Amino acid sequence: MTHLDSELTMLKADIIDMWRLVLNQMEKGRDALNNFDRDLAEEVVENEKRVNSYELKIDKDCENIFALFQPVATDLRLVLAALKIGNNLERIGDIAASVADFVLDADTDFNKDILEHTKILEMYAVANEMMADTLEAFDKEDTRLARTIFKRDKILDKIDEEALDRVEESIKNYPDQVRNCLLVLSMIRKLERVGDQSKNIAEEIIFYFEAKVLKHKKKKKKEGDE
Amino acid sequence: MSNKIETIDVNLHYGDFHALKDISLGIPENSVTALIGPSGCGKSTYLRLFNRMNDLIPETRITGKVLLDGENIYKIKATKIDALRRNVGMVFQKPNPFPKSIFENVAYGLRVNGITDKSFIEGQVEKTLHQAALWDEVKDKLKKSAFELSGGQQQRLCIARALAIEPSIILMDEPASALDPISTGKIEDLIFELKSEFTIVIVTHNMQQAGRVSDYTGFFYLGSLIEFGKTRKIFTNPSKQETENYISGRFG
Repeated sequence: MTHLDSELTMLKADIIDMWRLVLNQMEKGRDALNNFDRDLAEEVVENEKRVNSYELKIDKDCENIFALFQPVATDLRLVLAALKIGNNLERIGDIAASVADFVLDADTDFNKDILEHTKILEMYAVANEMMADTLEAFDKEDTRLARTIFKRDKILDKIDEEALDRVEESIKNYPDQVRNCLLVLSMIRKLERVGDQSKNIAEEIIFYFEAKVLKHKKKKKKEGDE
Repeated sequence: MSNKIETIDVNLHYGDFHALKDISLGIPENSVTALIGPSGCGKSTYLRLFNRMNDLIPETRITGKVLLDGENIYKIKATKIDALRRNVGMVFQKPNPFPKSIFENVAYGLRVNGITDKSFIEGQVEKTLHQAALWDEVKDKLKKSAFELSGGQQQRLCIARALAIEPSIILMDEPASALDPISTGKIEDLIFELKSEFTIVIVTHNMQQAGRVSDYTGFFYLGSLIEFGKTRKIFTNPSKQETENYISGRFG
């Protein structure tokens, strides 16, 4: 293994560790909401610092690799992708922490019917699955799996679009839970962004392995085999 | 990490020419330290302090201290200079194998040091050829002349020859500048592998090479040490403007 190879292996390992941490943050955020577990919500808020320090470390490692090794071809694409994936993961980490913050803003536990009706738990399930699958796509060099991400983002978009009506209905059904309903609406608006970040990450994975740029391309081209 | 080599206020004159000016620097053990700078900046002269090779140049005057494992090597008895040079191996710019077989090139240092045990010599030759990442390429032709090897192989042979007498320090003066990119890559990988066992100091004109192989970098200019630090720092955020100008190719 060359010196550059060992640096790139470490970089990849750091990205995967960060990925797992952020996915874990998302899962804990969902559990904190579902079980109204304030301690868990606080843990998620607190852990955001760790996510941030991962991003800084990956940024610094990429800067060093550019300066010291002048990577080319696949190596270059890995370092470029690492920078952007790290950035997108950090934003998902922010979202996980913001949702946990909203949980802490609630006075009482969230009525299960509201969580069900607004589809926020479904949203969490889809978002977390997208994150787990992008991680697997990156780790296993599976660009076909990465291409499945784009379609799933539409599920999140739809839940987001319907959220206003569903929250309004929930407020009517549970007038004593107005505050929580509004918090759920805020959470849905945040979680919708996880789909966009995951799409960005999937684009970077395809760029890294196939040298194809999918950014700003029409949807059909992204999902198709080209 | 402790310093294997330390120089304190070293000045060196060749006749009237002031080649090294007040150089104080510690070189950490089991690491690779690169010395960079434009031609004539003093980096090779500084390197040759550590095995007292400058002594061979007439009208050389050296002041200050050069400590190796804490001992001032300019205060040792003349009879101990051989031992110093056994401890401090050197690899030069152009591969310079002896006109002997591949095997005898590596065995040479052992033989001149009075070792006659055949199986020990064979073991040592094989070990160091492995260390120099050359064994697989030469194991079936150890009796052939070293001149039959390619330039890159000859240079790895010279590294094996230096390693055979088990030095603790290896000095390399432009070890890859006469080689093609593939051979250069092999030498660089080798340097990276060897640092766990040796303290390596390398002079190079190739700044990217310094970036790739070294843990620490010293930038020399007009006989002065302008900046010394971790290679990562020097190549991403040097403290001195002169260093930045040099590493970014804007002067030198």
